[in-house]
Amino acid sequence: MQSFTAVLGDAVALILSGDASLMGIIALSLRVTVTAVLIACVIGLPLGAAVGAFRFPGRTLATVLLNSLMGLPPVVVGLVVYLALSASGPLGPLGLLYTPTAMVIAQTILVTPIVAALTRQVIEDLDREYAEQFRSLDVGPLARITALLWDARYSLLTVALAGFGRAIAEVGAVLIVGGNINHVTRVMTTTIALETSKGNLELALALGVVLLVIAILVNAAVMGLRASAARAAYA
Amino acid sequence: MLRRRFLTLAAAGLLAAGVSAPVQAQDTFIIVQSTTSTQNSGLFEFMLPKFQEKTGIEVRVVAVGTGQAIKNAANGDGDVLFVHARPAEEKFVADGYGVKRFDVMYNDFVVVGPPADPAGIAGSSDITDALKKIAEAKAPFASRGDDSGTHKAELALWEAAGVDVAAASGGWYRETGSGMGATLNTGTGMGAYVLTDRATWISFGNKGAYRIAVEGDERMFNQYGISLVNKEKLPNVKADLGQQFVDWVISEEGQQVIADYKIDGQQLFFPNARPSGS
Repeated sequence: MQSFTAVLGDAVALILSGDASLMGIIALSLRVTVTAVLIACVIGLPLGAAVGAFRFPGRTLATVLLNSLMGLPPVVVGLVVYLALSASGPLGPLGLLYTPTAMVIAQTILVTPIVAALTRQVIEDLDREYAEQFRSLDVGPLARITALLWDARYSLLTVALAGFGRAIAEVGAVLIVGGNINHVTRVMTTTIALETSKGNLELALALGVVLLVIAILVNAAVMGLRASAARAAYA
Repeated sequence: MLRRRFLTLAAAGLLAAGVSAPVQAQDTFIIVQSTTSTQNSGLFEFMLPKFQEKTGIEVRVVAVGTGQAIKNAANGDGDVLFVHARPAEEKFVADGYGVKRFDVMYNDFVVVGPPADPAGIAGSSDITDALKKIAEAKAPFASRGDDSGTHKAELALWEAAGVDVAAASGGWYRETGSGMGATLNTGTGMGAYVLTDRATWISFGNKGAYRIAVEGDERMFNQYGISLVNKEKLPNVKADLGQQFVDWVISEEGQQVIADYKIDGQQLFFPNARPSGS
């Protein structure tokens, strides 16, 4: 086993090499995960906000459900999506199995509960603060949700990043529905699993470091965006 | 103001990168359900570009255990089945899921073990005798335990040796429930003997001090077969493209490509197709 310094060196060399197939794998990882997180936000933000801001029967149940679904095992999600998209499954005719779209679907299912559950908490806390003002201004439900989501936008960025972290690191679901097909559905995590199974532990670890670097870059970019947005808002 | 415009642009760019990048759609591709042992050995990466160059057909390989590969193919999620568990493949064809099965190639299984050799079997070429000794010594043995072709072959060898491994499960007999490479990683980690196909072993990168303990027994032959999935049973199968792949693999040209594949000068697979099938 090489030392960790050597592995770090390998990782840097891998990134600098600009190897076309590695770049393709990184690009696909980002494309699948970013798409899944965006869709999850489109569904999860309003959903979480509605549960957080409104009082309705079954609200506690909805909260418990959302919080529990955060712990969905990726392999189980992969299996369910596989059975649905399989040629013998209900959505078989769409021909989506073993495509990046199938991977996006699986990751969206994984990430949406995380976005919704965390959004609910953020919005519920903020709503408590704003409740009296809303009442005095007689704000309608849609305007209320919009205002809450907008004012909580910076906290919600972190929520989206939590979803991103879950999806980019996940291997169980994308392996089953993507099939880890070279140049088609192979992403960072499935490559790491494959290299590990080939016994190329150093390469697998170096790829892991590359994945970590990507995650750091994405987080830094989002935080940078947030900082300049905040500055712009007060300018 | 400028800054805000930049932000909008950046956000739009992010959105576009995420959403609109087109899936590289090509109609001339087939899906082959195959096994981890062929994938891990690197054979496909050597073989498939040659087929694609000749025919323009892209072959997408899903590499899982033989058991799962057969189930996936029976669900219609593959056009060709390329695995190594003859009885299960013949059942696949008999049940109407496959058109016809052809022998493609073989390699052999070997038992690898730690240098300490606790069962004293190093250098043996009698697999049943070696397995008996492992059981008597209660030396750790790591099994795939995943219903794969290799697992099935291993169980048949235990049976031939007259050892009831189910009774020893969790004791010296340890089922990892994972692929060949993962089982080798686990086995070498705990000093266990492992039955592996030679191809995976030769290309395995984490051998440590492990070496081959048992090899050369005819009962350890590992025959690979290929079958086109039956369009009559599973209508979305790309029968024409799949047939072209099957034909090429068992043709003289395809067989030569298999024979040409070497790692460190060692041939990994030995072609033995007969055009008449099995």
